[in-house]
Amino acid sequence: MQGVLQQVFSGLASGGIFASLALALVLIYNAMGLVNFAQGEMAMFATFIAVTLMDRGLNYWIAFPVTLVIAFAGGVAIQRIVIRPVERAPVLTLVIVTLGLTALINGLAGFIWGYLPRAFPSPFPSRTISVLGAYVSYQDLGVIAVCGVVLLVIYLLLQRTTVGLTMRAAAHNPEASRLMGVRVSWMLALGWGLASAVGAVSGIMVAPILFLEPNMMQTVIIYAFAAAVLGGIESPVGAVVGGLIVGVTVNLAGAYVPYVGGDLELAVALAIIVAVLVLKPNGLFGRPSVRRV
Amino acid sequence: MRQIGPRFAAIAAIFVTLAACGGSAAPTVATDVGISSTEILLGNTNALSGPAAAYGTISNASNAYYTYVNGQGGINGRKITYKILDDGYVPANTVTLTKQLVEQDKVFAIFGGLGTQDQTSVRDYMNAQKVPQIFVYTGATTWGLDYSKYSYTIGWIPSYQAESHLYAQDILKNHASAQIGVLYQNDDYGQDYLKGLKDGLGSSASLIKDSESYDVTAASVGSQVATLKAKGVDTLFLFSTPKFTVQALVAVSKLNWDSVNIYVNSVSNPKTTIGAAKTAGAALKNVTSVAYLKDPTDPQWANDAGMKLYKTIIANCSTCDANNGFNISGVAAAWTLVDVLKKAGSNLTRRNVMDIAATQLSETDNPFVLPGVVVKTSSTDHFPISQMQEETWNGAGWTLQGTLIDTRGTIK
Repeated sequence: MQGVLQQVFSGLASGGIFASLALALVLIYNAMGLVNFAQGEMAMFATFIAVTLMDRGLNYWIAFPVTLVIAFAGGVAIQRIVIRPVERAPVLTLVIVTLGLTALINGLAGFIWGYLPRAFPSPFPSRTISVLGAYVSYQDLGVIAVCGVVLLVIYLLLQRTTVGLTMRAAAHNPEASRLMGVRVSWMLALGWGLASAVGAVSGIMVAPILFLEPNMMQTVIIYAFAAAVLGGIESPVGAVVGGLIVGVTVNLAGAYVPYVGGDLELAVALAIIVAVLVLKPNGLFGRPSVRRV
Repeated sequence: MRQIGPRFAAIAAIFVTLAACGGSAAPTVATDVGISSTEILLGNTNALSGPAAAYGTISNASNAYYTYVNGQGGINGRKITYKILDDGYVPANTVTLTKQLVEQDKVFAIFGGLGTQDQTSVRDYMNAQKVPQIFVYTGATTWGLDYSKYSYTIGWIPSYQAESHLYAQDILKNHASAQIGVLYQNDDYGQDYLKGLKDGLGSSASLIKDSESYDVTAASVGSQVATLKAKGVDTLFLFSTPKFTVQALVAVSKLNWDSVNIYVNSVSNPKTTIGAAKTAGAALKNVTSVAYLKDPTDPQWANDAGMKLYKTIIANCSTCDANNGFNISGVAAAWTLVDVLKKAGSNLTRRNVMDIAATQLSETDNPFVLPGVVVKTSSTDHFPISQMQEETWNGAGWTLQGTLIDTRGTIK
């Protein structure tokens, strides 16, 4: 029993990691109806910027917001420079562009900072607490708590502010929004900026656990996709719940399902994506899309 | 796949035949291709990008030594040119790039190619072309074990199985009632280590209570470590790559499991790696590993002539961190190669160089390996380095323990 509990806790810990990146994926999906494959690499790059700032002697709590601002600006810049020229191209073109960005950012980070995994400071103590004989670390709890805060901020922004409403409108019906005077392209840029900043939070939170190196987010993003799809790709709440479910499922399957074992965990995540898309394409929290014809 | 096999083989056979026919148009491979009166051209593939890119620096370190040797006048007047290509740790790329090096660049040999799967993917080709695949940078046991079948391929670093044998000896001698748990990467690399441990323990292999695997694409190994703890393990072997080793070391402390004895393999033990675990909160009590090279960060070598020479050499590489243990291994392996080329003298044929490297080595003066380590091969033994010494983590670095242990002849 204690063993099961430990696996559940360890799964929640990884789930928090997946959820934090899934939130950024969901945000960009809401902004432009597209998943951004480069999201993980952008988060990794922002984390390297944070570590560089700290190496230069900046305090963690100053480096953190500065990184978010840089990440936001970077996200906007990428949208303006790389995405905008192909904004109206078919979805496939955009997907290929984000895949290209993935390779580019990954290579650039390796070129600048090298490939050795390095430790990253965490605002949370590295101690653990014991719950019914199983151990949970403050860092893991911290990641989940930060996810909750980011979720709340995103919710308030999208649902309670005019900017959020405009963003959603621009994503869902660009033509009508444009006719209503919305600067659609800039709204998309705003969405990229926000997603990039949320991704940066994710990178900074998970780097103390996964260790910072250019490939840090490459696997995480697949689990994050599973989380986002499971939760319903449009729903921020779904992304967090989906992330935690994926984390726990993958861990329990690896530990207790015969023949799965630790090395097939990724296959379990991919199976979740396929199963959700086949059985419940809108995920747990997504709304079915209705189109009037 | 099973059905495709024979068909694929047939197609492959046709291509090989075609290639052989095509070969007659080009000049028949001269035994000294890649060697002119002024130059020895060597090729290399390494992961300069991708998941294993941390190893990329090894090639640059080797090149730093060739730059140094060239500065001293080269080898009998010939300067070494070392062409390094990035395969991203993808075997398919390794195949393409290796063919490019052999057929277009016409290298004399490929030195220090990185990665077990990458180098395996070109082994048949290199042996068919009779181009030396010399001192591959992977510890897979097959390089030394299968020399009779692949006589143009030879490794350099100690084999993974030999390292496991050494750990097994330590267990049998000092911890005979250990409850062993193993975390291993589920590929050739991790399985090779696990096999060595089982073979080394022999009739006591039942000491291994549990082995948990992970895939190289995993995000974290926290779950596996929790399982091993739950199974009552008191001695933990980490046959993992650096990133996962660091995660596992931290996970041990997160589980309040610091009483466990931990063995970290040589692939993951550079101080930069262990240091990252320490910064992240790993307690690192009772951690053991092995060494065969001088650790550039170990103060005991501060005034060592070999270490001073290493620092001079590595200054030729602007991107190389002198304290990174990978770099001294790149320099040390290049040292052995230069030794071999010098020994070949005027008989600089591919076959002669391979014969010297794989069957006649007896290098007692490599300044970068631990004192007493002899880089040695014979007609019956093709594992150049088989001596290692245990070391324990002292909180800030590694401390060598006991004496050199020779695992020569333990691998069957």
